[in-house]
Amino acid sequence: MNHRRDFLKYTGAAALGAALPLDLLAATPLTVGFIYVGARDDFGYNQSHAQAAAMIKKMPGIKVIEEEKVPETVAVQKTMEAMIMQDGASLIFPTSFGYFDPHVLKIAEKYPKVRIAHCGGLWTAGKHPMNVGSFFGYIEECEYLSGVVAGYMSKSKKLAFIAAKPIPQVLRNINAFTLGAQSVDPSITTHVIFTGDWSLPVKEAEAANSLIDQGCDVITCHVDGPKVIVETAEKRGIMTCGYHASQAALAPKGYLTGAEWNWVTPYTEIVKATVDGKPMINFLRGGLKDNFVKMSPYGANVSAAAKKKADAVKAQMLAGQFQIFKGPIKDNKGAVVIPAGTIQVQTDVALEKMNYLVAGVVGQV
Amino acid sequence: MTPVMTRRLGLRLGIGLTPLLPTLAALCGTLLLFVLFLAVQGKPAGDACLLIFEGAFGSMFAWQNTLQRAAPLLLTALCVALPARVGLIVIGGEGALAMGGLAAAVLPSCLPLWPAWLMLPAMAIAAMLAGGAWIALCGALRQWRGVNETISSLLLSYLAVALFKHLVEGPLRDPGSLNKPSTTPLPDIYLINALPGLEVHWGLVWGVLACIAAWVFLRHSVAGFAMAIVGGNVRTAKLVGLPVNRLVLLACALGGAAAGLAGMFEVAAVQGSASSALLAGYGFSGILVAFAARQNPLAIVVCAIVIGGVEASGSLLQRRLDLPDATTLVLQGLLFCNLLAWEAITGRLTALRLRWQQQVQVAPHISASEASHV
Repeated sequence: MNHRRDFLKYTGAAALGAALPLDLLAATPLTVGFIYVGARDDFGYNQSHAQAAAMIKKMPGIKVIEEEKVPETVAVQKTMEAMIMQDGASLIFPTSFGYFDPHVLKIAEKYPKVRIAHCGGLWTAGKHPMNVGSFFGYIEECEYLSGVVAGYMSKSKKLAFIAAKPIPQVLRNINAFTLGAQSVDPSITTHVIFTGDWSLPVKEAEAANSLIDQGCDVITCHVDGPKVIVETAEKRGIMTCGYHASQAALAPKGYLTGAEWNWVTPYTEIVKATVDGKPMINFLRGGLKDNFVKMSPYGANVSAAAKKKADAVKAQMLAGQFQIFKGPIKDNKGAVVIPAGTIQVQTDVALEKMNYLVAGVVGQV
Repeated sequence: MTPVMTRRLGLRLGIGLTPLLPTLAALCGTLLLFVLFLAVQGKPAGDACLLIFEGAFGSMFAWQNTLQRAAPLLLTALCVALPARVGLIVIGGEGALAMGGLAAAVLPSCLPLWPAWLMLPAMAIAAMLAGGAWIALCGALRQWRGVNETISSLLLSYLAVALFKHLVEGPLRDPGSLNKPSTTPLPDIYLINALPGLEVHWGLVWGVLACIAAWVFLRHSVAGFAMAIVGGNVRTAKLVGLPVNRLVLLACALGGAAAGLAGMFEVAAVQGSASSALLAGYGFSGILVAFAARQNPLAIVVCAIVIGGVEASGSLLQRRLDLPDATTLVLQGLLFCNLLAWEAITGRLTALRLRWQQQVQVAPHISASEASHV
């Protein structure tokens, strides 16, 4: 695990170093602050950010300061201010979704010279300050590919999905995963349990056990730290698809693949714009082909057929020729949500408002 | 001065210092253990202590940071201290805060667009009623059904949180709040501003006022005195004909109202709507504050600032020394254990001293008068 992480760090840093022009190395270092809502080593969302922050740390002329477990209260406002006042930060990455409104907006208005790049927010021109930016990745592409692999590997044809809350971002992942699996075998069902919050390890373990008892043999999730779920699945001898970061180390036998963030791509772009004195990048989104997200390497047990199909779809995605939400799509109550002939492309705002589960998902919003 | 008089004076002084001594000893013990804890792990303990001070009280910015974090704790601590007066250990302030915050956030959308001077008090009253009712329920369960209030208040707070989430993510959800389920945002006119010249919101002032009011009520009102009797000895209270049930309910309701008000300020001064961000553990930190203050409302003001300062300094410890966030949790945990330990030790010592005095039969009237003070 450590070797792998270090390897990532150094290669990433080397790549970044090579990409930077030499004149940036001089003068005062740019202080960049990172704020996480959970623990930096949670095997999940916060770790995916901390890993990328570690790569930014290796960039010449950059000083990184970090703070973890900062709640979405006045505490995050004070943390941002403290980074500005006490450490001289001029670029801050508050990485939790709930930080955006009102906390990021408030601090951005108060410190117009400081850039704040928020992960996940929906920056709107005219409404939000110009020193604020929001970036995010279209990770449902990776979910679709995980679904393809899971579809090939599942024997019971029942997949499990443990999710935090029925919000658009989560529903989009569940639906993409299911559509991917159904592209292999249309009879596959995905069984969903919503735990109610982002980090509830006990409930997540209970949900995992209950779904395994119901006969699901591949499990995936959308919670902040998938550690407990992946460990439970491995112990019970079923397969897993990871999320946020790689959990392969936790499940050497059952880990198939996973959807991972690659935050270093948007981070680097925003840091470079700041160093170069270019205007703040207010809205930044990207998917697989933009290198904003990536797949975990295939686990040892993934069949050749599964790899072949997933790689083929991935190649299409990289070429920008694959659409996941292509009509006709029905929800699991029988209503048509995307009519035949309609394609909702990745950037379609309709997808940001998703409020349904597709046919074949067992569970309700 | 006769020996007896000197002795009496000494005792009187001793009694005057008694409430402070265990707290001071606990503070020293905490600091010592914390330094040891860091030193054992090879962390710079001295630097850490200096940074804690710098981050909490070292500058104007640090003070504002500290006060900002202390504001909700003042009110949630009252939710523990007021029921403690009637002998109840209530630890469910988080639930009352959630209910209060939700009531305050929802009220404006149920009423016409009143001016702020009318709507804000209405929101505060709604929050206090909701929070008060929630904790009064614990009191009622205890008085009429014999349910232990510590357990019931904790379990009821889980229920409140579940209900809160269900309503915020379901029936009361603003359809515009896509990935962060929240209630409809309050109109700007209902948002509470910061204090003039400061960045701390008005919740701090109201929190301090509430603590002072609680102190006056407990020390200088008939009902407050009656509550102390109920807390001291229920049978005596019943014997002299005090309405025990009503007093218990009142103490619980007042405590719950304070926590509910904290929820209202979180909504109107910080968040702008009710979402799960409201449930940041202020109700639970309030327990620590109330115990540190030995349930004295005036001491709560001091203790809330100390705990607020510890939380504020955690930020600096992380950024400067790369210590994990849990460092300040360890500090708070050590403080709590030390307080409880010293409380127990003091109780033992007093009992021992009384027994010793009775055994040697020196000036029995003095030990009797001391016993009545303790």
